[in-house]
Amino acid sequence: MTNFHTISILVSNESGVLSRIVDLFSGRGYNIESLTVAPTIDRLFSRVTIVTDGDEAAIEQINKQLNRVVPVIKVADLNIGESVEREIALVKIQVKDEEKSDILRIAEATNSKIIDVTDKTYILQAIGDEKQIQALVEMVRPYSVKEFVRSGKVAISRNSQFSNIKNL
Amino acid sequence: MTNEVCTGAQILLKSLVKEGVKEIFGYPGGVILTVYEALYNQKDIKHYLVRHEQAAVHAAEGYARVTGRPGVALVTSGPGACNTVTGIANAYYDGYPIVVFTGQVGLNQIGNDAFQEADVVGITRSCCKHNYLVKDVKDLQRIIKEAFHIATTGKPGPVVVDLPKDILTQKTTFDYPKEVKIAGYNPNYKGHPIQISKALKMLSEAHRPIIISGGGVLTSSAHEELLKVANMLKTPVCHTLMGTGTFPANSELDLGMLGMHGNFWANHAVSHADVIFALGTRFNDRITGCLQRFARDAHVIHVDIDPCSISKNVKADIPIVGDVKNVLEGMISEFEKTNPNIYVEDKNNWLNQIEEWKRNRAVVKSPEGKLSAIDVINKLYEMTKEYDPIVCTEVGQHQMWTAQNFKFNKPRRLVTSGGLGTMGFGFPAAMGACAAYPDKLVLNIAGDGSIQMNIQEMATCADYGFKVINCIIDNGYLGMVRQWQEKLFHEHYSETKISHPDFVKLAEAYGALGIRIEKEEEIEPAIKKAIEAKCPVILDFVTESMEMVYPWVLAGEPLTKVLLSNDC
Ligand SMILES: Cc1ncc(C[n+]2csc(CCOP(=O)(O)OP(=O)(O)O)c2C)c(N)n1
Ligand SMILES: [Mg+2]
Repeated sequence: MTNFHTISILVSNESGVLSRIVDLFSGRGYNIESLTVAPTIDRLFSRVTIVTDGDEAAIEQINKQLNRVVPVIKVADLNIGESVEREIALVKIQVKDEEKSDILRIAEATNSKIIDVTDKTYILQAIGDEKQIQALVEMVRPYSVKEFVRSGKVAISRNSQFSNIKNL
Repeated sequence: MTNEVCTGAQILLKSLVKEGVKEIFGYPGGVILTVYEALYNQKDIKHYLVRHEQAAVHAAEGYARVTGRPGVALVTSGPGACNTVTGIANAYYDGYPIVVFTGQVGLNQIGNDAFQEADVVGITRSCCKHNYLVKDVKDLQRIIKEAFHIATTGKPGPVVVDLPKDILTQKTTFDYPKEVKIAGYNPNYKGHPIQISKALKMLSEAHRPIIISGGGVLTSSAHEELLKVANMLKTPVCHTLMGTGTFPANSELDLGMLGMHGNFWANHAVSHADVIFALGTRFNDRITGCLQRFARDAHVIHVDIDPCSISKNVKADIPIVGDVKNVLEGMISEFEKTNPNIYVEDKNNWLNQIEEWKRNRAVVKSPEGKLSAIDVINKLYEMTKEYDPIVCTEVGQHQMWTAQNFKFNKPRRLVTSGGLGTMGFGFPAAMGACAAYPDKLVLNIAGDGSIQMNIQEMATCADYGFKVINCIIDNGYLGMVRQWQEKLFHEHYSETKISHPDFVKLAEAYGALGIRIEKEEEIEPAIKKAIEAKCPVILDFVTESMEMVYPWVLAGEPLTKVLLSNDC
């Protein structure tokens, strides 16, 4: 079974850092399942969150290799500590009149929101962990899904893995 | 005068002086002209003009290998920068400190496919330790300081600094930083004391221990500590190609090189060991053979400054991240304090067992008629050893014969491309050695194929009086590839027979001394003449084509499955 890990990487916010990380993954044959990146509260730093798979040895290598990249400041495998993760998904569904109430019910059941409505389409927004997003995917599948976009995960540890760098 | 206002080009040179750089290797071109103008107006730095940028980088690495100080190369943008890639990758694999400065088109032209533009930072990203594009002249001195710091600390390696043309003419105050602070870069030098204690206990109690000494021992100058540890624990030592010279060949505990073309007994000792103490090695496939069958009974203690090397190929039971010298020092002082029982009898039995294996040597049959390459290399060793020469090699059979037959009692004497295995490395690296130590005897033991990869550097040698003695093992083939074809591809010598110009005439054309040696009795006088010569030399040893490198563990086979001759 594939073993997904969420790796959170704190980097200096300078040009080219993302390419260094992505090059490392492709050059060494590691898989990127999803990737997000944005500045932290302090704009001198950015946070990259990568979901990848591999056995323990592979994850350990990824961790060490990332640490070797000069502008990488800290790497944390969030599957080890307890962490909270979220993802956002947007689904555009073409709806017939008789389906509209179904969609409303799905939105309610999956804790999603309808954030845009035209006479032919609804856009649903779901924010949640992997399971919640997957639940929405399964429920809308029978309908006419026109577009589906997902942000990739962001995650945060519940303890203080990054406590040595304040407020990041 | 401090705090002077200078152009970027001047700042570059002043920073180099601050870093203690006295020699650089380079090749000019359009965008880097301002630096060459600044070079023209100063006396602190000597620039060596090579004939190909690849050679500049190899020369810088050769310089770094023999001195332990960073080597520097300077080239122009586009084609100049692209020509440095092989050299950068070579230094990265073997972990030697160099800083490569590349010209770049002006900042406002970057990305517009300007004339001689190349995305140097992108191209070199995966083959250097770190790289920079300088975007503001005010950052230049900090970046240079960081570049040298990164190149020379931790596991050393190449750093590339890309210099846009306009940065080089803009001005700012020169005030070279005294310190470096890089948040994400803090190599760990001190090994963990608890791990060191555990390692000492395991080694003391071991019945069949062995030390593998790698390039990291050389980098951290830990050869004296290594000798001490081996003696105090009565533990034999083998070395990787990169670790050549880190343990004296004249020690009773020396087993020589292990691996694909290593000594039979070294491979057997590693395969039957109960504890392996690996120092500064990556456990590359050339020393492990088939990984699944590598030293299955052994507990592994692995010391490396680069955490990535530990448990990458061979799982470490006691990992120690740190500088080899520090770790060995820690071990020695703990040993002196606690004086543990080392079970001398077990250790002696083990050494006797290894002596037994040593009788199983590769059978070397000298070919009839033509010269034997092995005989030539042995003769070279015998006749030059009193000079304590620096021995560079190219890549191929001649390289392995040199590693097997030259005996090194000191580090930084064998200069050879290990990780990348770059043909064409040896000759320019030898020039770097000459620049560093003008009075030393410098050999480049080359193949007839490899030497042609950077033969143009004969002109550089002639210009600067670099007295490289190129000893070409002229077997008419890309011998190492031919050897594989003989054994693994039914003697189909596809594209491995290779011609060359008359090396004697070529030497003469470059104002060098050229001698062709075809008979046994010509060897000694030729080597003698070469040593006495005052100019670069080419010795063309015309040798037997079909000679093989033994011992030989075929790729993918376990280390114990050693071929010792054509018959087995
Ligand atoms: C730049 C480069 N290209 C190709 C190779 C593959 N290769 C390894 S050894 C070898 C043959 C070298 O021939 P030569 O220099 O004559 O040495 P010999 O083995 O004959 O001693 C080749 C082609 C290499 N190592 N480097
Ligand atoms: Mg050859």
